[in-house]
Amino acid sequence: MDLMVEVQELTKYYGATLAISRLNFQVAKGEIVGFLGPNGAGKTTTLKILAGFMPPTSGTARINGYDCLRDSLALRRSLGYLPETVPLYPDLTVSQFLRFAARAKGVEAREETREVQRVMAACSLKEVEHTLIASLSKGFRQRVGLAQALLGRPPLLILDEPTIGLDPAQIVEIRQLIKELSGDHTVVLSSHILPEVSQLCQRVIIINHGQIVASDTPENLSRQLSRGSRLSLEVRGPGAEVLSALKGVFGVREVVSQGESRYLVEAREDQELGPELARLVVQRGWDLLKLQPQEFTLEEVFLNLVTEEET
Amino acid sequence: MNRMSGVSAVLRKELTIYFATPIFYLMGFFFLLVEGFLFFFVYFTYFQNATFQAAQNPQVAALVNPFQTVFRSFFEDLGFILLLVTPLLTMRLLAEEKRSGTAELLFTYPLADWAVLGGKFLAAFLVYATFVLLTFVYPGIFAFVTRMDWGQLAAGYLGVLFLGSACLALGLFASSLTENQIIAAITGFALLLLFWLIGVPQDLGSSYGNFLAALSLREHLPNLARGVIETKDLVFYLCFTYFFLFLTKRQLESRRWRA
Repeated sequence: MDLMVEVQELTKYYGATLAISRLNFQVAKGEIVGFLGPNGAGKTTTLKILAGFMPPTSGTARINGYDCLRDSLALRRSLGYLPETVPLYPDLTVSQFLRFAARAKGVEAREETREVQRVMAACSLKEVEHTLIASLSKGFRQRVGLAQALLGRPPLLILDEPTIGLDPAQIVEIRQLIKELSGDHTVVLSSHILPEVSQLCQRVIIINHGQIVASDTPENLSRQLSRGSRLSLEVRGPGAEVLSALKGVFGVREVVSQGESRYLVEAREDQELGPELARLVVQRGWDLLKLQPQEFTLEEVFLNLVTEEET
Repeated sequence: MNRMSGVSAVLRKELTIYFATPIFYLMGFFFLLVEGFLFFFVYFTYFQNATFQAAQNPQVAALVNPFQTVFRSFFEDLGFILLLVTPLLTMRLLAEEKRSGTAELLFTYPLADWAVLGGKFLAAFLVYATFVLLTFVYPGIFAFVTRMDWGQLAAGYLGVLFLGSACLALGLFASSLTENQIIAAITGFALLLLFWLIGVPQDLGSSYGNFLAALSLREHLPNLARGVIETKDLVFYLCFTYFFLFLTKRQLESRRWRA
């Protein structure tokens, strides 16, 4: 397997504050990987280090085989980076800026015009070609940011929160664009929006408090972390007795009381609990009002992981 | 990849921004206004008086060359006025990149630090040279009324350009220290004034005065202003430029090892 990104024991301190702690992960060529985590979890720090903007305090990061400290120029030549805040030069027009970016990225002078036209077409920027960046809407700015990342066809795209601050229609557009790009590029993106990551990415790395909490496909994550099924149960009967009886059923991992007569029952792996619970309630002479299986959403998995970390 | 293409990319970008923003035009306007005032009311009047007196009194005529005196003050004053202009040209160059976050783009492009610095410095220098050469209007007017000493003029302009490169390098360094353009400008002004006045102790007979005067931006200008090109003056300005560009490069690199 060819690796595009190799990160080992990556650690970054800002002064005395630990931003990320001993991260280890790899991204294969052609993969789309999403970094997921709450704000301040260390996503942006990790991406800034990968993009060669700042060095790690310790540990190593390699992109396309280039070390982030020793081969910084070669590393930066292999990637296109969209920073979180999409910084652009307000006094330049879109085409002036993209021409500058193309030259700065080492696009040959005679390829320059064609390359700028190509990325403008890819990001639907034709209509604002000669507009000052200062007067662009947020959506267009985001696309300009994406366009400059694409210049020179770098093998790796690093996109920090590519859809933040956009309206729903623009979000759909940008996501579509990223999907189209994923054919030619390896993509590492960050987000704190779960559906986005689960739609776009083949693999999700969940990061919290500067540490990787989980790393898998979105489907696997929700399956693996839900560890069996959950049932929502409503029973009319003596509270404490019901609770202890439910806990006593074979295969039950956890029972949570959710207010009056409502219980959430979590099963051990692959246990079919429904019939067993129904029988129990009926045998004791209580009233079974509701029995409903519940799925874990990625959102809950995420929250689970993040809160587990905190406790 | 051509190694110079990075420099030229940054150079072109910076020039585009200079010419796209009003600062350049505003500064050019006021600069020429001040120069025009000095020329018409100070130098020209002085020149008229001096030539008149020389015509009256042959002894004075033998001692004083009005043309040389006038242009000597012209270049020395020009040097000082440009000293006030340069921090305004350089304050934006690095501070604004940091404040607006575009540094994150600039320093993740495959550009070597020296290419970024070189491009920015050259852009500022070209704008500065444009200002300087615009003043050529005034000596040009003189050419109608008197015989010109083009050699002195060339030496004076050379001196002012070299002085400018030193001031711009210092201003660029000031801009690398902060995210705030105003702070960059203030730091630039303060350091430039210091290096302008550092020769004063010599005039007061201070024991280390000679040493300090050798470091002064001002003390190296008079020779050139009166038409004498001395290597030591040009070398001083070049070293000054190199020293501050070097410090700026170190300052940029420090973000890689700091924190």
